[in-house]
Amino acid sequence: MSSNLLSGAKILLECLSRENVDCIFGYPGGVTLPLYDAMYDSPIRHVLVRHEQNAAFAAQGYARATGRVGVCCATSGPGATNLVTGLVDALMDSIPIVALTGQVSSKLMGSDAFQEADTFGITRSATKHNFLVKNIHDLPSIVHEAFYIAASGRPGPVLVDITKDVFQGQAHYAPVSEIHLPGYKVHADGHAGQIRRAAQMIWEAERPWVYAGGGVIAAEASDELRKLVELIDAPAVCTLMGLGGLPAEHPNFISMPGMHGSYAANMGMTHTDLIIALGVRFDDRVTGRLAAFAPHAKVIHVDIDPAEISKNRAADLPIVGNLARVLPRLSAEIAELKPAMQARNAAARQEWWKQIREWKAEHPLVAERSATEIKPQHLMAEIDRLSGGRAIVTSDVGQHQMWAAQLVRFSEPRLWINSGGLGSMGFGLPSAIGAQFARPDKLVFSICGDGGFQMSIPELATIANHGLPIKIVVMNNGYLGMVRQWQELFYNNRLSQVELSTFPDPEKLAGAYGFKGRTVENPAELAKALEDAVAEPGPFLLNVKVTAFENVFPMVPAGGAINEMVLRPPQPVEA
Amino acid sequence: MQQIISLLMENKPGALMRVTGLLSQRGYNIESLTVARTLDPTLSRMTITVEVEPSSRAQVIKQMNKLINVLQAADVTEGASVNREMVLLRARTAQSSRTAILKEAEIFQARVVDSSTEGFALEVTGDPEKLDEFIDVMRSYGEIDVTRSGIVSMSLENKKLRLSPPVPAGPALDEDLELQEAE
Repeated sequence: MSSNLLSGAKILLECLSRENVDCIFGYPGGVTLPLYDAMYDSPIRHVLVRHEQNAAFAAQGYARATGRVGVCCATSGPGATNLVTGLVDALMDSIPIVALTGQVSSKLMGSDAFQEADTFGITRSATKHNFLVKNIHDLPSIVHEAFYIAASGRPGPVLVDITKDVFQGQAHYAPVSEIHLPGYKVHADGHAGQIRRAAQMIWEAERPWVYAGGGVIAAEASDELRKLVELIDAPAVCTLMGLGGLPAEHPNFISMPGMHGSYAANMGMTHTDLIIALGVRFDDRVTGRLAAFAPHAKVIHVDIDPAEISKNRAADLPIVGNLARVLPRLSAEIAELKPAMQARNAAARQEWWKQIREWKAEHPLVAERSATEIKPQHLMAEIDRLSGGRAIVTSDVGQHQMWAAQLVRFSEPRLWINSGGLGSMGFGLPSAIGAQFARPDKLVFSICGDGGFQMSIPELATIANHGLPIKIVVMNNGYLGMVRQWQELFYNNRLSQVELSTFPDPEKLAGAYGFKGRTVENPAELAKALEDAVAEPGPFLLNVKVTAFENVFPMVPAGGAINEMVLRPPQPVEA
Repeated sequence: MQQIISLLMENKPGALMRVTGLLSQRGYNIESLTVARTLDPTLSRMTITVEVEPSSRAQVIKQMNKLINVLQAADVTEGASVNREMVLLRARTAQSSRTAILKEAEIFQARVVDSSTEGFALEVTGDPEKLDEFIDVMRSYGEIDVTRSGIVSMSLENKKLRLSPPVPAGPALDEDLELQEAE
C-alpha cells in the first residue's frame, strides 16, 4: 500500500495504526462524523465515554499506567472545550496524550459557524504543542509529529485540530518516513563533566538526600534510581508524582515530602547538606516557603527540561538530561570514586541515618483506627493490605488523595495514578477506566471523595458498558473535606458551601447501571466489605462512611516552612 | 528595564501567538514587537522588547527555547548587538518653520518622504534614545504624528544555531531517540 487514494479520516486512522494506537477514548459529534464513519471499519478500539473531559482523563489513565501515548477524541466547539481541563492536567503532570479534535470546515472558520470554537487558540497554553490541520497533505506528518512531541523529551499533551473538509477530502496516502522539527530540542545525555562533579559532591556530602519525582517514572528510571540509592545508601523521598519510583518497602524510602509529607521527610529535607533532585520541579507543595526550604543544602538537579533548572530553587550543579541515561552514568562515576571516598564521611552518614530513624520513630505515619467509626486512615490501610503494593490505585483530589499517598504503598512505578499538579477533581474515576483498559490484568482501585465521585458519576455507564472490574471506593465524609479542613484551620471554622448532605444510595446507583454497590460504616465490617468488592468479578461501588471531621496531618500551612509542620490538631507542635 | 529578545522561529501560523502568549500568560506587557521572514523564507526573525523583572529573564528565554516553533531565543539586552528603530513622523507646520524643520531633520539624518503645504513626512532610523530626542525636537515645532517600528535587533556574536535533525516517523522507539540525540 505505497500510495492510494484515501479520505483524510482514513489517513488519520492509518497514521494512528502506525503509532500502535490500540484504543481511543472519545465522543463523536457533527464535524467528526466522517472520522467516526471511517472508525466503523477500523481495528482500533474506540471507547465511548460520557463526557469529553473524561476522555482526556481516561487517555491519561492509559498513559500513566503504561507510559504509552494515550489518545482522546472530541468534536469541535463544546467537545474540544470540554477537553481543556484534561489537557492542562496532563501538561502539569507531564503525561503524554494526543487529543484529536474536529474543526468546522476551513471555509467556515471564523464565521461563528455552528459548534465553532477557536480550539487552536484556546489550547495553546493547555498543551505542550498544538496543530491546526487545514490541508489534507499536511495530515500524516502532523499526526506523527504530535505523537513524537507528546512522548519525547518532557512528555505532555499535544492537540491536533482537524477541519471537517480535511476528514472528507481525498489524497494519495504514502506513509511518512521521517519528521523534522528543527526547533524541538530533546536534551538527553547530560553533561559528562557535570555528572563527574555530581559524583564528587555526593561523596563529599555528610547528609545526602534523594528527592525523586515524576521524572523518574516518565523516564522509566526506577531501577536506576534504586541502584543509585543503594550505592550511596542515602535516604530517599518520592513526591506525589514519584510514588512507586522507589519501592515503598525499600529500607531507604522515607515517604512523600511536603505539605502532607511525613515528619521525617520534611525534617530530612530541612537538615540535609545535599539534595539530589531527580525529575522534580521544587513545587510549592513540596518546598513550602522557598526562602526557608533546605537552608543548609547544596542542590544537584537532574531534569530533562532545562527550564526547570533553577526555576524555584537555584541549582548548585545542574544536569540537563534523561534520567534513564544520566543515572547509570552517575552511578558508574560514584562507584569509581567509592573506594577512595567511602570512608570519608562514613561516621557523619551513620549519624545522619540515626537522626532520620529517630525522626521516623518520633512521628511515624500511622493508620489510626477506631472501634466505633471508620477512620479514613483505616480505609487506606485496608486498601494497602489488599493491594500488597501491586494494585493500580487511581485517586481523585482532596483529603483521600493525601491519605492514600501517605498510607497506600506502591512497589513499582505506574501504579499510583493521580492528578498532582492541577489537582482536578473528577479525575479518579475516568483515569481508572483508562488504566483498566491499558492493564486488564491489574486490580484497579479508584479511590474518590464523595465530591469528586459526583463529578464523574456519568462514567459509571462506561464502566458498566464494558464490565470493567474497577473497585470504586468512595471515601465518604459528607464534606468537601480538604476545603473544609482549611476553613476549620484558617477561616475560623466558618464552613461555607462544603457540606455534601446528599449522596445517592450506592446500592441503587450501582444497581441502576447493573452492577453491585453497598455502604459500609462499621469498622469491623470494612475489611470484609473490601474483600468482597475485590472478589466481585465485575465493577463494584463501595461507599465507605468515614469520620466526618478527620483532617490530614502532618500539615504545612500555606506559606510555612516545611519543618514547621502541624503534626496534630489543634495547636502546632514545635519542630 | 526593558529586555530585548531576539528569536529565530519557523514562519508558521500560530508561532507568533505562542511567543506572545508565553509573555501575556505571565502578565508581561510587550513594548514592541517586529517580525519578518529571513533569507530562508520558512523562518522568521522576531525582536521583542518587553518589561520583565530581572529575576525572571532567564526563565522566559528558557521557556521560549522550549517552544517547538522556536529555533533559537536569545537575550540581546546586554552583550554585542545592534538595536535600531525606525520612526515615521508627520509634522504639520507653519510656513515659517519649514526651513528650521529641514535643518533639524538633517541633524538627525532624517529623510523627507512627503512634502505638502501642510508640512512634511519624515523617516528616520537610529537607536531608540536618539529617536526619542528627535521626536522631542519635532514636537517643539508644533503638532506631530508618530509611528514607531519597534526595535529590530541583530546580535553580533556568533551563536551556534543547533538544530535537531529529522527523526523517523512512527512510534518513539528507543533507537529513534538515539538517532535524535547522537548529534
